[in-house]
Amino acid sequence: MYEHNKAKEETELFLNNYFRVIKAEEIPTKQIPEIKSSPLHYRYFIEIVDNKKTGSLSLLTEEDYVVNRVVYINKNIEGAFVVSSGKNFGAFKGVGFPEDISKFFMLENYKAYAWTAHNRFPTNTPGWWGGAHPFTLLDFSIVHNGELSSYGINKRYVEMFGYECTMLTDTEVVAYLVDLLVRKHGLPFKTVCDIFSPPTWDVIQNMEDIKLKEYYKTLRIVYGSALLNGPFAFIIGFNGGLIGLSDRIKLRPLVVVESGNTVYLSSEESSVLEVCDKIDRVYHPEAGEPVFIFYNDYKGE
Amino acid sequence: MKFTFSLKPENFIIERDDERCIRCGACVQQCAYNAHYYLEEKDKVLGINHNCVGDGRCVAICPTNAIRIKQAENPYRPNYNWTKERMMDLYEQAENGTVLLVGMGAPTPHPVYWDKIVLNASQVTNPSIDPLREPMEVKTFLGSKPDKIEVVFDKNHKPEIKTRITPQLELEVPIMFAAMSFGAISLNACKSLAKAASEMGTFWNTGEGGLHKDLYKYGKNTIVQVASGRFGVHVDYLKAGAAVEIKIGQGAKPGIGGHLPGEKVNHEISVTRAMPEGSDAISPAPHHDIYSIEDLRQLIYSIKEATDYEKPVFVKISAVHNVAAIASGIVRAGADAVVIDGIRGGTGAAPKIIRDNVGIPIELAIAVVDERLRKEGIRNHASLIAAGGFRNSADVIKAIALGADAVYIGTAALMTLGCHVCGMCYKGICNWGIATQRDDLTKRLNPEIGAERAKNLLKGWKHEIQEMLGAMGINSIGSLRGNRLNLRAVDIHEPYLSILGIKPAGA
Amino acid sequence: MNSITIDALNLYYRELNFKIKEAVRKEGIKKVIIKNARGQRFIGTGLKEKDVEIIIESGVPGNDLAMFMDGPTVKVFGNAQDGVGNTMNNGKVFIHGDAGDVICYGMRNGKIFIKGNVGYRVGIHMKEYKDMIPSIVVGGKAGDFFGEYMAGGIGVVLGLNNDDKPIVGRYCATGMHGGVIYIRTEKIPTYLGKEVKIFELNESDKEKLKSLIEEFCQEFKEYKAEDILKSRFIKLIPVSKRPYGRLYSPGNHFPLPEENYFSNKKIDIEKKYY
Repeated sequence: MYEHNKAKEETELFLNNYFRVIKAEEIPTKQIPEIKSSPLHYRYFIEIVDNKKTGSLSLLTEEDYVVNRVVYINKNIEGAFVVSSGKNFGAFKGVGFPEDISKFFMLENYKAYAWTAHNRFPTNTPGWWGGAHPFTLLDFSIVHNGELSSYGINKRYVEMFGYECTMLTDTEVVAYLVDLLVRKHGLPFKTVCDIFSPPTWDVIQNMEDIKLKEYYKTLRIVYGSALLNGPFAFIIGFNGGLIGLSDRIKLRPLVVVESGNTVYLSSEESSVLEVCDKIDRVYHPEAGEPVFIFYNDYKGE
Repeated sequence: MKFTFSLKPENFIIERDDERCIRCGACVQQCAYNAHYYLEEKDKVLGINHNCVGDGRCVAICPTNAIRIKQAENPYRPNYNWTKERMMDLYEQAENGTVLLVGMGAPTPHPVYWDKIVLNASQVTNPSIDPLREPMEVKTFLGSKPDKIEVVFDKNHKPEIKTRITPQLELEVPIMFAAMSFGAISLNACKSLAKAASEMGTFWNTGEGGLHKDLYKYGKNTIVQVASGRFGVHVDYLKAGAAVEIKIGQGAKPGIGGHLPGEKVNHEISVTRAMPEGSDAISPAPHHDIYSIEDLRQLIYSIKEATDYEKPVFVKISAVHNVAAIASGIVRAGADAVVIDGIRGGTGAAPKIIRDNVGIPIELAIAVVDERLRKEGIRNHASLIAAGGFRNSADVIKAIALGADAVYIGTAALMTLGCHVCGMCYKGICNWGIATQRDDLTKRLNPEIGAERAKNLLKGWKHEIQEMLGAMGINSIGSLRGNRLNLRAVDIHEPYLSILGIKPAGA
Repeated sequence: MNSITIDALNLYYRELNFKIKEAVRKEGIKKVIIKNARGQRFIGTGLKEKDVEIIIESGVPGNDLAMFMDGPTVKVFGNAQDGVGNTMNNGKVFIHGDAGDVICYGMRNGKIFIKGNVGYRVGIHMKEYKDMIPSIVVGGKAGDFFGEYMAGGIGVVLGLNNDDKPIVGRYCATGMHGGVIYIRTEKIPTYLGKEVKIFELNESDKEKLKSLIEEFCQEFKEYKAEDILKSRFIKLIPVSKRPYGRLYSPGNHFPLPEENYFSNKKIDIEKKYY
């Protein structure tokens, strides 16, 4: 996403320096009266070739290399912002009503196995195109309802592992936490959810299963700074499906609706009715209970 | 030649309402400083203002409320530079050529940043939480944590931890009793704190005085200290506690050793410390097996080896100029927790000139140490414990939000036992039975009652911390630890704002 | 013989010490022989088994040998490094060679015999309580600060090797406030700590010294106790148990309470109260 042409020129120079760009094109948009002013949107299909990795960058894994370069663009190129950096994965953000943004990006032309949609009431930061949900990093995306009271420490925690929170919003940090815990620490999604919304100590104290008790206790001791506190419900999108999670005392709602082969995760049941007329089953997860929706061919835990 | 030309003005004035005084003699009997006496020929109880230390014992004990203690005015010509205290110090030294000795933490007007830091609360965008009816967790674990762990699933999809983490201390409230040796304080005072700590699920610290045989039963709530004098240090002692603390320095006297005067070394102390009665107990300024950071690592690991790697090892230092780099070295040397004691930290006895002039405030020290450890990516490898003049639960929670895992309280803990911060600890004749070993004085402190009062303080502070957390919309103290966004500064300016890592109020 | 030999070459100190502890605690081994020591720290640290012997047959053990040890006997057939017998609680250590700095710091009981020289700050803050009297016998010479802050115990320096160096370095016994030091010398050492005075040995001193030197010679067979005991010894003991009693001031707050300042007669509290 570019706010002006200079940002585009600078970014393209940068991309050519560090990647082989296979295809570059403008993202199709439709000008509509509801959207008054919009930035430029481009997409690049790129490949990492070893001879473009130089110096200390050459030691990074492919993923870290991409993350590192994405952070560089967001931080250093004025007017440029990377909306999405994943594979088989796209993100569309904007300032406006959801239906207008959808028209603007002509979403009717896209097909996907999983979709997340989000409408935000900017609370702690002013609205701007890059600040809309989802927040993404590599193949992870996150949409979030709520506010993290623990943001201050979550931010300092991920910064210790080399991430930089540049966008002044709490949701961004969840994307980094997911990346850190899943990709770098190799933890299963279930464990990551247990870290974000762990049981309270009294519940852990009363667990009869010694191994499970040890599991939760250790998670809380080691990953206390990654616990997400305050009201939230979010949906993580990843290359195997979707995950829904709410905070551990349920200060935000989350509902699961099944309809044939389709599963909906939403804050409200009524909103599912808007897009789905045949509801087979409605499930209300407990506080902190993760909901996993995997594609049929997903192999992970 | 001895000559005296100073005024020797008194610090306090004892006022007695003769109408009310029933000549019971309680004040005369209770004041170990001999500030009251009975004049038989006139049947009057009189005071000696010079002897009064203002510890409030007589006022508390007088059955008819006949006694008032007032601060004496400055009899010298007022002078901003030459205050009464400075003049008196100077005259004292002109007479004796001595090093001035004091007790308790520094009363100097170094800024107390706690008073200039305010906390956040939730309004509208996220809800505050009611701590009386919803879970509000203040449980804290101290010890080294791995950066990451390994989880596997068994065939029933049940998760299991593969990584073994090193021993941790589990605190039900993130407040512990600071190191105060049996020697500096009485056995009854030690018993009170030990009992309170074990009933509240927290820890007390032996200081460098060894562990009296009556206190071994509190072992699992005890932190045993190893200091340069190595008093009472042997394998059973190291193993008796839940953790071992190596004391390098103390906020009240950075770089200075300890000195328990011979007259305080009575039978019980001599048994506990394994030293002859009446002998001075001298702790050298440095540990003579630590002259470098490598040597510190060696001492840490010798203790781990001696305790079969079952106890976390803490290292306590005073907050000095280069504290962040030192703390980083301590973590890299293998300590499971770093304890930092700020300039307002207390003592049983220290040279006044050191106490009042050496070291830095604990607020700044917590901020720079936490930040440095995070920058180096080693914050998880050790816990951070702060000490030095914590006065209430707000100080504690602000310290935690700045980055401390837990705090030590010393003076505040003694105040629950009756301490009135008169600063005379080094005299060894504490009227409240705390900083003394004289049997007639120590028996004034009932350890059962003492324990109850110390416990009450922890209970009260714990509730207050839960209230403040709830107001911030946070239900686990782990989510506040290092969460400086919940702090704002009032009337603190650069560069201290950036050292503290907090924003000014309104921003 | 109930013994085990461990080749310490390429063993990390934690592995070596773990093996020693396992052998002694789980298998009931009484004699552990270590070959090829390569500076592994903490050998014998924290061991409490009284009848166990740890023998370092070859190589050099690392720092803090026998630290916090509480009973066993350690023998080193060669040199040892710094921190031997640090805060040791009981047991015996024999070094058939030289040892480094800060030997027997804060030692509480037990005996350490060193055939050769020792470095700086040996015997620092040794303690003593009733029948817990730690002792160290140095066959060779000692560096500066021998017996600094010594609070108890017995330090003996024999100076049996012939070189020109003084038998003890400077500031011997500085800050000493307990225990005793015996030095085999005709010449009074210079720069003695100002807290001690020199005395001739009395009968009880001679007895203590005799038993220590006999034990020394039993291990280090090239020396004969009779020969050593014929030499002249001096004894250092502290002048005061309270060397710094007058350094500190009571502070400015009030004059020391004087008894009978007026007719300071205490009232019988119970009689008056009720």
